[in-house]
Amino acid sequence: MQNAAQKTQTPLTTFLLRLGDNALVLGQRHAQLCGKAPTLEEELALMNVGLDLFGQARNWLTYAAELEDEGHDADHLAFRRDAHDFRNLLLVEQPNGDFADIIGRQFLFDAWHVHLLEDLAQSSDPRIAEVAAKSLKEATYHLRRSSQWVMRLGDGTEESHARMQRAVNNLWQFTGEMLQADEIDQAMQEADIAPSPERLASRWKATVEEVFQQATLERPPYDAWMYTGGKVGHHTEHLGFLLAEMQYLPRAYPDATVW
Amino acid sequence: MYAQLVETGSTQLKTLDEMGPEERHFQERINDEIKIEPKNWMPDAYRKTLIRQISQHAHSEIVGMLPEGNWLTRAPTLKRKLQLMAKIQDEAGHGLYLYSAMETLGADRDDEIDKLHDGRAKYSSIFNYPTLNWADMGTIGWLVDGAAIVNQVPLQRTSYGPYARAMIRVCKEESFHQRQGYQILLTMMQEGTDEQKAMVQDSINRFWWPALMMFGPSDDNSPNSAQSMAWKIKRHSNDELRQRFLDQTVPQLELLGCTAPDPDLKYNEETGHYEFGEIDWQEFFDVVKGNGPCNRERIESRRSAIDNGAWVREAAVAYAEKRQHQAA
Repeated sequence: MQNAAQKTQTPLTTFLLRLGDNALVLGQRHAQLCGKAPTLEEELALMNVGLDLFGQARNWLTYAAELEDEGHDADHLAFRRDAHDFRNLLLVEQPNGDFADIIGRQFLFDAWHVHLLEDLAQSSDPRIAEVAAKSLKEATYHLRRSSQWVMRLGDGTEESHARMQRAVNNLWQFTGEMLQADEIDQAMQEADIAPSPERLASRWKATVEEVFQQATLERPPYDAWMYTGGKVGHHTEHLGFLLAEMQYLPRAYPDATVW
Repeated sequence: MYAQLVETGSTQLKTLDEMGPEERHFQERINDEIKIEPKNWMPDAYRKTLIRQISQHAHSEIVGMLPEGNWLTRAPTLKRKLQLMAKIQDEAGHGLYLYSAMETLGADRDDEIDKLHDGRAKYSSIFNYPTLNWADMGTIGWLVDGAAIVNQVPLQRTSYGPYARAMIRVCKEESFHQRQGYQILLTMMQEGTDEQKAMVQDSINRFWWPALMMFGPSDDNSPNSAQSMAWKIKRHSNDELRQRFLDQTVPQLELLGCTAPDPDLKYNEETGHYEFGEIDWQEFFDVVKGNGPCNRERIESRRSAIDNGAWVREAAVAYAEKRQHQAA
């Protein structure tokens, strides 16, 4: 399906949409958690992570909108695109489930996100380098927090261990597309904008192995079957509902230009 | 403000002559505007009343996250989403440090939260009203945080040190929330479509009276006020604060170009105050007793969050014990 948003997309804008959409969609999952945390301290922590992610989404999408030069802004990209135009990883759109699902999703993402941002902070594109450097500080905290929770749950009680292992087993199928480079990733690497996907994959694996080992969790095999498609707009069933809720007001009141 | 009808356990005020030496010394400190600190002697009733008042305030912050959380997933722009999330996070933070202030009095956070969940502890009646459109996020900031500020500004000088200091920080953040809320409404009224303007008026219609009820019953029906005022854990009467709130709010309402759902609202040139119609006290007492539109839902939400998290908290304790064991 060819549409207005896709016509003007270059590899760089697609890459920016991927970054922005990951942060936006995972942020929205955090918005859904408001008032549901297991402790008051976690309530604050979840909001903190959500705020960071929405802030990052705004930065990436603002840049993408500027490059597209269609007179749109970040809000237009966030609230007026349909699911097939979203470029986020399938992992981040997975539903909240229980706290082990939430932490598992966060950790598998953070372990990738931190290493990606470390390299993007050295990007040949100064705007990307600037946003990545700022985001890296936040993501480093996210990874520290999610790693600690994976260890607590994995090596906590029998019940928490079982829940954490189940969450990892269920989410594992969505990790493949983070590590698998496509032509956009190749183009970004060739332009020195983004890191080599192989290097990123090996660092992700090292982080995951270290934390799982401490958490007494079994790591599913790397050659397991992987569910992919988010990076090219083929999503799971969950994204449509997430967007329907998130985009409700701008869609229901299309004439409203300010809020 | 988030403490209504706080029971003091006393109906008659003692004079200084009727007090024993410790209590007289305590009351004289209060009269001299010297703060009571956690280690100072205090009458049991003062301690219990403060625990009730501060816990009620903390519970209100936490329950108050829910009506706003209802729109967090539907905030219409990234800027509004960030603002609303930050506001809700501030409220969780207020809850945390109010519970901490309460714990300096020897109370236990988990015990007090149990009381909230089984209906023994109250929270502000305002959070039992539903949020039905986006403008409610503006109205809550403007009217609800606005009313809270009017109530809490005097509490920055309240007699109990940790509570007074918590209030200073809370008030600063709530003033910010109030301006932000008003800005949401003003934007829609000045630059919005007719539909958006209708949203704003509808929201004000629903929240106007519940906001006025936030100050608690009228003075002639407020049996605990005298003792609370003597202890300076309350510094102005309910009606005084309600009037102050109304006087500052009506001009803001007019600037919006909206109306209040009160045909009797008018300015009295002689007194320099706004006069308003009769509050539906039956509704107020119904809501306080648990019969508001959302009472059951709000408590159920809080309870299920804590219940669903039990295995997480147990895991955290088990993990910490294992680590401690390994270190030893």
